[in-house]
Amino acid sequence: MMNKQIAIEDVIATIPDGASIMVGGFGNPGTPFALINELRRQGQRNLVIIKNDANEDSIGISKLIENGQVDKLITSHIGLNKVVVELMNRQLLNVEFYPQGILAEKIRNAGAGCFGFLTDVGIDTEITDKSQLIKFQDKELKIESALYADFALIHAQNSDNYGNLVYGSAAMNFNPLMAMAANQVIVETPNLVSSDSLSPEHIHTPSAFVNSIVKVEFLTHEYQLAGA
Amino acid sequence: MNVNKIINRAIQELKYGQIVNLGIGLPTKILDHISPDLDIFFQSENGLLGAKKISEDSPINPELIDAGGTYIDIRSGASFFDSSVSFAMIRRGKVDITFMGAFEVDQEGSLANWKIPGYFSPGIGGAMELAQKTPKVIILCSHNDKKGNSKILKKCKLPLTAKKCITRIITDKAVLDVTNEGLVLKEIAEDLTVEELIAQTDAQLIIPQNIGTF
Repeated sequence: MMNKQIAIEDVIATIPDGASIMVGGFGNPGTPFALINELRRQGQRNLVIIKNDANEDSIGISKLIENGQVDKLITSHIGLNKVVVELMNRQLLNVEFYPQGILAEKIRNAGAGCFGFLTDVGIDTEITDKSQLIKFQDKELKIESALYADFALIHAQNSDNYGNLVYGSAAMNFNPLMAMAANQVIVETPNLVSSDSLSPEHIHTPSAFVNSIVKVEFLTHEYQLAGA
Repeated sequence: MNVNKIINRAIQELKYGQIVNLGIGLPTKILDHISPDLDIFFQSENGLLGAKKISEDSPINPELIDAGGTYIDIRSGASFFDSSVSFAMIRRGKVDITFMGAFEVDQEGSLANWKIPGYFSPGIGGAMELAQKTPKVIILCSHNDKKGNSKILKKCKLPLTAKKCITRIITDKAVLDVTNEGLVLKEIAEDLTVEELIAQTDAQLIIPQNIGTF
């Protein structure tokens, strides 16, 4: 039987220096803390990290940033992390911001095998450069390119051995989009279950998108922290 | 600033069956002040429709937060979805009302609430899409800043979140509607005269014959 389960140190070791990595999660929920902790331990450098936010200081991707492993962060909002805001302000970290739904759509668009889309979001604001505008069907619209990545790190509530994934509550967020947009998809799950216990009607991410599965503790300690 | 006055007035905007998004800060206080049985669906842009305040005796679900990072609960009829669906809902105008805070607003209905250059630039988050695409954008903010300067301007000076997007502004001193003619005074705080309000407001106000109080 096909089994994508792998040891966490072996799968994280496949990530080279300079890789682009999508990381699921919005605040704590859906953040693959165990995979990130292993990446921090192994110490790959010059990474490009794509995540909705920067987590809070000392946890999640903030650990990688604070350890100097990240050259660039592509994100939507980092307001809950004063350490990363400070690193950005001191120009020690390159941060690229997008409106949250545009970031999601850039990732979804890549996941659908496309190359970009047109939008009017933010065209009257400083985030739009006139060179990004084109005339289409009598409207002035902005071109947004699809956003692909080498790797995605995903947190799923449940997975079977094939990599059929189910996300919990508000932990879905960017996870299913990133699972489609990255070339190599690594999933951590506290619940590696038999396929018979998952209902095919209720799979959020079909197994075709998943390369590797790591079984982790039920919830890593980061989930026990107050707030998110 | 009288926060409760703003929140109590904001709650009057809520009607049966609406879908409502609450911005971080002042707007999320609405959840603390309304009856949990009110038949409204609060959308939280991290991917749920049907948020409700968590009661003190119910267990925390560590995977269930709102967009501001606060643990919450869900009501009957709630749904979860990914971030692209969440913003599809917003950009298609399915969220009826968004309540947002503001650094500055102006008499054309433009909004600045995401960046103060050199001082505050945490990123855009969901603000641009919510402001630009929600049919009814209601701003909740103090009328004046801590130095007494008007936040209601003739023209915003800070980088815009969205141009000409605001429907209504509720402050501790007034309720103002954005119209094609300009900013119309609908209601005034009961302890204030129209002359006092004008003196504390940078924007040009249109003063109709009938003005309510709140």
